[in-house]
Amino acid sequence: MATVKTFKINDEDVSGREDETILQIARENDIFIPTLCNMEGLSSVGSCRLCLVEVKGWTKLATACVTKIQEGMEVYTDSERLREYRRMIVELLFSEGNHICAVCVSNGRCELQDMAQILGMNHLVVPYRRPNLKIDASHERFINDQNRCILCTRCVRVCDEIEGAHTWDVMGRGIEATVITDLNEPWGASQSCTTCGKCVQVCPTGALFEKGKSVAEMSKKREFLPYLTSMRGNGKAK
Amino acid sequence: MRSATLAPPSEDKRWRLVDATMRRHGHSPNALIETLHTVQESFGYLEDDALRYVAKSLHVPMSRVYGVATFYYFFSLKPAGEHRCVVCLGTACYIKGGKAILDTISEMAGIKPGQTTPDGRLSLLTVRCVGSCGLAPAVVFDDEVKGRVTPPEAIDRVKDWF
Repeated sequence: MATVKTFKINDEDVSGREDETILQIARENDIFIPTLCNMEGLSSVGSCRLCLVEVKGWTKLATACVTKIQEGMEVYTDSERLREYRRMIVELLFSEGNHICAVCVSNGRCELQDMAQILGMNHLVVPYRRPNLKIDASHERFINDQNRCILCTRCVRVCDEIEGAHTWDVMGRGIEATVITDLNEPWGASQSCTTCGKCVQVCPTGALFEKGKSVAEMSKKREFLPYLTSMRGNGKAK
Repeated sequence: MRSATLAPPSEDKRWRLVDATMRRHGHSPNALIETLHTVQESFGYLEDDALRYVAKSLHVPMSRVYGVATFYYFFSLKPAGEHRCVVCLGTACYIKGGKAILDTISEMAGIKPGQTTPDGRLSLLTVRCVGSCGLAPAVVFDDEVKGRVTPPEAIDRVKDWF
């Protein structure tokens, strides 16, 4: 039996099981914490840093998606500092790739776009990098446009944890990191890919999309994920 | 413990060293980095066939092997050039103009740091410190460490290499 922990989020009393995270409890209590890399049903990696929250008495900010709850902790999910950091994170994501909503298949249904709106990002303080990244259309059904990738690694995790193929992974480091299929080979030539399309459905942006979709036509279907996760017996994200 | 059922990609005797490393670790997926080390040291670089062989033998996904091989600077996916020019970018060398030397050579040779010229003559590399901070900025030409190098001197030294 897991112990119940009682603590506060934004001065409101909440409680949860000791193995739950701040983010899970916040969602159960309808408290909004922005996220991009997190996805219910997949493991959490805490890489996008959007879910950073303040905890009273802690000198560092905590990523809500991977921080387990503690008895008596006082969490604050919204402050001028957090808003500024979160907006900066989204600005950096926009400056790093080529996120041009007007010509994107996911326009209007994009989680990055949503976050920019929610966090009130209306301009960039850093220059655009405008990298010239490759587009892989070798797959019979899907396209990978790296220009729109934010390296959330949802595709990597869903392919490994749910489909069990592990076709995707991240290569390189720092600013040169990209997602790859197999040995950085064309997606269409991949021996391990099962063409299940789960990576496409979990992608938060228009980086992975179905062939034949035009601007703003790509909507992602994610109903399969809670079902498959419960079938595997690990309903809660790690 | 799993045993290897795969045959190495070629008759090359160096595969025995690679096999020995994998056997020593019981062909565990955890032996990936150790095995890639052996491949790198025996062959000088990691060929696609080598990556495939290691991935299959250790039951590690291809994409993960490639990710690991490109993450660590120790591994190289291409054979090294005939000559090596290693520019130190440690704190002391950086302050004394190591970056300018690097940029000059990089521009002259038309390659980025970490790359080799298309003819395979020169590899341009960087390191964080060669332990000769008193000689900053230091550059290693093949196996010779040169101190207090200026960009023109560096060019003079490598110009016959590309």
